[in-house]
Amino acid sequence: MIDIIFYVLSALTIISATMVIVSKHPIRSILFLVLTFFLISAHYVLLNAQFLALVNIVVYAGAIMVLFLFVVMFLNLNEEVEKVRHYFPWFAAVISGGSLMLIITSALDKSVLLSPYPVKDYSIGLVENLGSVLYREYLLPMELSAVLFFIAMAGVMLLSRKEKVD
Amino acid sequence: MENQVPEIFSIIPHTHYVLLSTILFVVGLIGVMIRKNVIIMFMCIEIMLNAVNLMLTSTSAYYSHSGGQIMVFFTMAVAAAEVSVGLAIIVMIYKNLKTTNIDAFQKLKG
Repeated sequence: MIDIIFYVLSALTIISATMVIVSKHPIRSILFLVLTFFLISAHYVLLNAQFLALVNIVVYAGAIMVLFLFVVMFLNLNEEVEKVRHYFPWFAAVISGGSLMLIITSALDKSVLLSPYPVKDYSIGLVENLGSVLYREYLLPMELSAVLFFIAMAGVMLLSRKEKVD
Repeated sequence: MENQVPEIFSIIPHTHYVLLSTILFVVGLIGVMIRKNVIIMFMCIEIMLNAVNLMLTSTSAYYSHSGGQIMVFFTMAVAAAEVSVGLAIIVMIYKNLKTTNIDAFQKLKG
């Protein structure tokens, strides 16, 4: 049962990620990207990483994609459909991407994955356990990410301010 | 201790998660190379980030070590900051050039 769910979910994820890069309209790309994020969240639930599934929906599908949608509607890109299509970039991209995948899969065949640690509990992905690790062992990176957000906010305000014409 | 790995990895090998993440990463990479619209290139970068997130999460669940999932959390934080700054830059360039085609952006060359 769970293997059928996994393979159907994986196929849907790959198809919707492919639809993101082949659809002509930016709005459709964004909606397919939202679908991809929801499917990846389903993968996280399957892996028993519930905290990440929740954060993925809230941060990616909620905040980031709304930002993208807002910018696309703000810029009114719907009329601007890419007209001229050359085939050479497609060939080059598919060949180079395919060779990267070939390298990774062949390295995976040759590599010896370490045997997993003896597990005491399978609930590391729950909010309680992950939160206690986050605030105990990774407190400094957590605080630094707050500084990063502050700098990003200040940078965006600096970028979008009106230039004074002399 | 009857099974040493989390439940799902007794049914689905960890290799398949690696393959899925690799395919998603390659799809994002191809998208960055073939599309001309900057916003869609940006979305393809998000697909690549999510592929890496999936890889980290599955490996973290496989080894039952929470470091990978913490790393995913920080990746999401950095991605949110990156998207906000990047989209602000794109909006400013659109105000000046009236296009989001990446070919027009070579005017930025010093």
